[in-house]
Amino acid sequence: MSLETLGWQGLVILAVFGLSLLIATYCTYAERVIAAFLQDRVGPDRAGPYGLLQPLADAVKMFTKEEFFPGGANKALFIFGPCLAMVTALMSSAVIPFGNKLTFGDTIVWLQGIEINVGMLYVFGIVSLGVYGLMIGGWASNNKFSLLGAVRAASQNISYELAMGLALIAVLMMSGTLSLREITLQQSVAGEWHFWNIVKQPLGFIIFCTCAFAETNRTPFDLPECEAELIGGYHTEYSSMKLGLYLFSEYINIFVASAVMSVLYFGGFNFPFQYELREWLISNQGVGTDMAQNIITGLGTVALFGKIFAFIFFFMWVRWTLPRFRYDQLMRLGWSILIPLAIFNILLTGGLITFGVIK
Amino acid sequence: MSLFLFLAFVALLSALGVVFAKNPVHSVLFLILTFFTLSGHYLLLNAQFLAAVNIIVYAGAIMVLFLFVIMFLNLNEDTEPHKPALAKFAAAIAGGSLLLIMVAALRHVQPDGVNPATFDSQIGMVDRLGMVLFRQYALPFELASILLLAAMVGSVMLGKRETGERNF
Repeated sequence: MSLETLGWQGLVILAVFGLSLLIATYCTYAERVIAAFLQDRVGPDRAGPYGLLQPLADAVKMFTKEEFFPGGANKALFIFGPCLAMVTALMSSAVIPFGNKLTFGDTIVWLQGIEINVGMLYVFGIVSLGVYGLMIGGWASNNKFSLLGAVRAASQNISYELAMGLALIAVLMMSGTLSLREITLQQSVAGEWHFWNIVKQPLGFIIFCTCAFAETNRTPFDLPECEAELIGGYHTEYSSMKLGLYLFSEYINIFVASAVMSVLYFGGFNFPFQYELREWLISNQGVGTDMAQNIITGLGTVALFGKIFAFIFFFMWVRWTLPRFRYDQLMRLGWSILIPLAIFNILLTGGLITFGVIK
Repeated sequence: MSLFLFLAFVALLSALGVVFAKNPVHSVLFLILTFFTLSGHYLLLNAQFLAAVNIIVYAGAIMVLFLFVIMFLNLNEDTEPHKPALAKFAAAIAGGSLLLIMVAALRHVQPDGVNPATFDSQIGMVDRLGMVLFRQYALPFELASILLLAAMVGSVMLGKRETGERNF
């Protein structure tokens, strides 16, 4: 890899980093607007046009609030908890392919932080570490409610990771690779009808999506912070920007979960008729081959972000629609419904591959 | 080489932290750090799959359960049971003899460097590992899975709700 390519890749990583933060910032705004829309209210409209500066106002509020340490708290771990939550949330977007390649003469830039051949496992590893932020923060607060929230977060994440992994195995059986870029590229082949994975894996997608809700601690699975029983759960004792980091990391996790679902099941940066459009650009508009590919790549990135935003909207829609599960219901759903279903899905996929129905 | 030395240094330091930390929660956190450095070593050995699985299974799942149990029991310095001197002595002897055996076994190993001409950069990748595991070592693999299945059945048996017992 030449120095120039490394420089470009560094820029891509910085862009992904910035975008994650920007999207998470505006998720807080979107959450309020969507909540207001679903409850037939007006929502935030004071700060700036349409309330668009609301996240800035929130940030100022968060930063200027009093920094509070509960008595008997483990101070180092109390600070370490939210930092860890934030770091793990930001790390997982590194392997997600946000677009195809851009070609400028000899330089080829992939719109992806890093390409590794165990990309999906990397995401899984980082996601499974995310729970430590919640656990450490909840434990270090020296508060019973925080501890209960932390313990709930741990058991919930462990339980739903299993079903999530099993749902993923069915996709991997078809793709034969763990690289997210390869999985995306396989979902669209030039010159033939080729369907996104959602068509071949409807059951797997439903399982994966349910688990994504549980992994990101979103309603109806937000038991770790369930305010009716646990006040605020693991972040009961947190104030100021440390609380802000926890809330922020949740939105980044939603963004990453949406991106992963779009890539695995909804074709990633592929969009319908991309090859026809490329041919048309080259033959009718006289655009060079590289330039045509670059245009398609740009449109593909826009398409991927469209899918991601649709998923983020779905996350928020569900939050303001469904009530919260009870804890035993959550465990029963995870262990005795989703895991058997996921195993059945693996068997089904294996059978269909063996008999050549799907590949 | 410098990366290896750094990783080895952090691994040893955090492993010592596991043993010497007074607070069990700190111990667990040091153990997680140790697993991370081990994953770093796997990466240096070109075993990406092993590194990722080590993080998912050990750092991500097993250690979460460790932390879970320790948080629930709320162990700390006050409630730590006092260990008799004999137990400490016996533990030191047992650990020391294990170290002695390992040093004795590895004393004559000649580390031969990698030959760049014959080095296969794909070794340790997922597909290569799968080929080896399911062709050459299919029987041990299946035996291991039966062992795990037996353990799973046993734990379900232990955790099963007795009639008349209330769990929630």
